Amino acid sequence: MTGFFLALAGRTARLSLGAGGGAFTGLVFFLSVVAVVPFGVGPDMPLLARIGPAMLWIAALLATLLGLDRLFQDDRDDGSLDQMILSGLPLELIVLAKAIGHWLATGLPLVVGAPLFGLMLGADGHAILFVTLTLLIGTPALTFIGAIGAALITAMRRGGLIVAVLVLPFTIPVLIFGVSAVAAATGGFDPATPLMVLAGLALGSLVAGPIAAAAALRAALD
Amino acid sequence: MIRLDVRDLAVERGGRPVLAGIGFALAAGEALALTGANGAGKSTLLRAVAGLVPLTGGRIDWQGSGEPIAEAIHYFGHLDALKPTLAVADNLILWSKVAGVPGLSVIEALERVGLDHLDDMPAAYLSAGQRRRVAFARLLVVRRPVWLLDEPTAALDAGAEATFGDLLADHIASGGLALVATHRPLPIPAATLRLGA
Repeated sequence: MTGFFLALAGRTARLSLGAGGGAFTGLVFFLSVVAVVPFGVGPDMPLLARIGPAMLWIAALLATLLGLDRLFQDDRDDGSLDQMILSGLPLELIVLAKAIGHWLATGLPLVVGAPLFGLMLGADGHAILFVTLTLLIGTPALTFIGAIGAALITAMRRGGLIVAVLVLPFTIPVLIFGVSAVAAATGGFDPATPLMVLAGLALGSLVAGPIAAAAALRAALD
Repeated sequence: MIRLDVRDLAVERGGRPVLAGIGFALAAGEALALTGANGAGKSTLLRAVAGLVPLTGGRIDWQGSGEPIAEAIHYFGHLDALKPTLAVADNLILWSKVAGVPGLSVIEALERVGLDHLDDMPAAYLSAGQRRRVAFARLLVVRRPVWLLDEPTAALDAGAEATFGDLLADHIASGGLALVATHRPLPIPAATLRLGA
């Protein structure tokens, strides 16, 4: 069954990266926000450097939520979801495999791109290091929480931005502790506490996300 | 001794009863043809047996070799579960890893349905009949005792229909069970359950 789990995660990542998959929509959105902020804020380098990490986090949050709406909907529409339910793997693990695959294709590129985009916002090395680290810990949490919303809209047969609206309030704690870890590190404080809370949120959503999303998908069966 | 027992099954959809008081039993090597007009509930019955639709009444008992019923069933519905951007063989690889006794390799299964020359073609370029054949190959890559087939010959040409008949006959001969929703006579001896009569 591990074989099916890994194959499903790999296929989700591949489909997301492939034509029409939408993995790059998030990355391009991330880049667009980062590119536009300096024009809005003005050429004030100290200000940009100060708000840079927060802007990166907000952009990453929105970019992650953008790509979530089709996570289960395509599988429901083409019959794959039926076959997955009959695969013998519990639905919770199916959700987990799909969420991991989705994160590899959409979340990981944001983490990898964050140092470059941080430079574009004039953040210093220390801040960039911590933004990248917190995004690495925090974006999986966003995907796992987002999976709940994606499963719910599959049940409701709605699409589009409604996932982002549904999920956004639940992602606020991740944003708060992600940004405060960066702020603590760049402000000369110990970032361990917010980092640990962030890791706790990621681990908690790793468990709660798939369970809640599987319950929503079961309710959608008909 | 494998046996599928369905008793007094009832299903509602959208608040309206679609099936009520359905009962039948299938033992190893038996097939049952489901007939009935459009909307009589053939597809709903297959999905209910597969556990994809909640029951409002009755029970489904499965005695197999220890596996839960979901792992004993191959469900072949109207949807082909193919990803258009993936190659035909890549589509099947995932389904060759589900629980069950490993069957034919992906390429052998495609050979049986006559599509081995298209293994690296993206599924988007297949015709409707070819898509059905690839979906049918899914039933061959992992062996499961119960086949639930929903109008399996729709969109198939005469040659493919004969192939399908052979594969179904093989399955039954090897001790499998089949529940087939169909408008046409099956190529194998089978009891008939008429819905909505």
